[in-house]
Amino acid sequence: MSLFAAAFAWLFDAANWAGANGIPMRTLEHLIYTVVTLIAAGIVGVALGLYIGHTGKLRGAAVLVTGSLRALPTLGLLFLFALWLGIGLTPVIIVLAVLAVPPLLAGTYSGIEAIERSTIDSARAMGMTEWQILSRVEIPLAMPLIVSGVRSAALQVIATATIAAYLPLGGLGRFVFDNLSLRRWDAVIGGAIVVTLLALIVDGLFALLERAVVSKGVRAARDRGLGEAATKRKPIAAEAA
Amino acid sequence: MSWVVSNFEQIWELTVTHVGLSIPPIVLGFLLSVPLGWVAHRYAVSRSILLTVSGLLYTIPSLSLFLVLPAILGTTQLDPANVVVAMTIYALALMVRSAADGFASVEPSVRQSATAVGYSGWGRFWAVELPLAGPVLVAGMRVVSASTVSLISVGSLIGVSSLGYLFIDGLNRQFPTEILAGIVATIVIAVVFDVALVALGRLLMPWTRSGARDKRRRAPVRTEVAA
Repeated sequence: MSLFAAAFAWLFDAANWAGANGIPMRTLEHLIYTVVTLIAAGIVGVALGLYIGHTGKLRGAAVLVTGSLRALPTLGLLFLFALWLGIGLTPVIIVLAVLAVPPLLAGTYSGIEAIERSTIDSARAMGMTEWQILSRVEIPLAMPLIVSGVRSAALQVIATATIAAYLPLGGLGRFVFDNLSLRRWDAVIGGAIVVTLLALIVDGLFALLERAVVSKGVRAARDRGLGEAATKRKPIAAEAA
Repeated sequence: MSWVVSNFEQIWELTVTHVGLSIPPIVLGFLLSVPLGWVAHRYAVSRSILLTVSGLLYTIPSLSLFLVLPAILGTTQLDPANVVVAMTIYALALMVRSAADGFASVEPSVRQSATAVGYSGWGRFWAVELPLAGPVLVAGMRVVSASTVSLISVGSLIGVSSLGYLFIDGLNRQFPTEILAGIVATIVIAVVFDVALVALGRLLMPWTRSGARDKRRRAPVRTEVAA
């Protein structure tokens, strides 16, 4: 337990809160990597997911890819691409984005798949174009699960960006790797605690966002107690939040 | 390729170590999550608590968990036990939810029939609920096994040897072949474990064999919502 005391002493030491190697700067770096990665992966993953969910094409391939990527060791992939592409920020972001695509893809297409087929058929019967169906029916109804996919992707990126500091890169992983060989456990564990807190805070914010993006129509139906279909669609994370 | 042949012995040794680190968390995760999942399914109050806690545990980045655990367990920094405990925590975090979903997938009418023909609570669990929840449990375990096998490598960053050693050594020596060998070996382990789990499921649950392929759906969408 004295290790924890030392780690907290390190956390509350003002010296660790200043300069380029301070906790705030490293946290900011970590967040920038995460946001840039999520934007890159989001454009690809969500767009592909919408296409698969709307058309039903390529679904088998998507399931296969998301499943097999889970068994790939992140660490090996990261290091392999670092060697192939050279060690720099861009290759690392590319690898992080590749790892972030599967949860985004899965969240998006399963979000659309979870919608009652009759709802989509009704929209088509009313004369909506395919584009209107996607933007006015499918995306709003799938939103909670899409956000849930972004949430898993964000957590994965935060965790993997920590490992990427080994390469070496900036971010919160620096505290761990800079001090590991020096056996300065207070800073190592302190850094690990900061990463954990960051992950928990981001997770909490996404949990709130998931609740906020439930479509107005679904919420109204739920409030009126017509919630059979609505509760069925409730993303798994909503009840865990 | 010649490097792989001449270093096969080392790769094999690391593979054995990797398997040795992977099996305890997978088995422990299963044994602990089944009762916890049952409790979560059975009592609404415990459900939100158990699922929230497991969700939060899964949120902790693996590297952090490996590093913080010694401070909690009193182990040394390089003790493989840290990695085993950390991976067990992840297995639980994933599996408690699957187990709860599995028990929820048992039709209430089937449970009532079992009670009606005279099963006690305990007997009903072993003879009716657990077998019927089986397919969902196997699907959950396949996810747990794949993620365990792939995450064990991260332990090498803090000096717990496994196939991850090949990644670090390959990076330091600027030698992609070594990293590739490690990735391939990891995938081989993951595939062997996956096949073993499916085979075990078929062996223990003969009624699922009738051409009914288990649907691997990670999505939390259940078609049969208990009315």
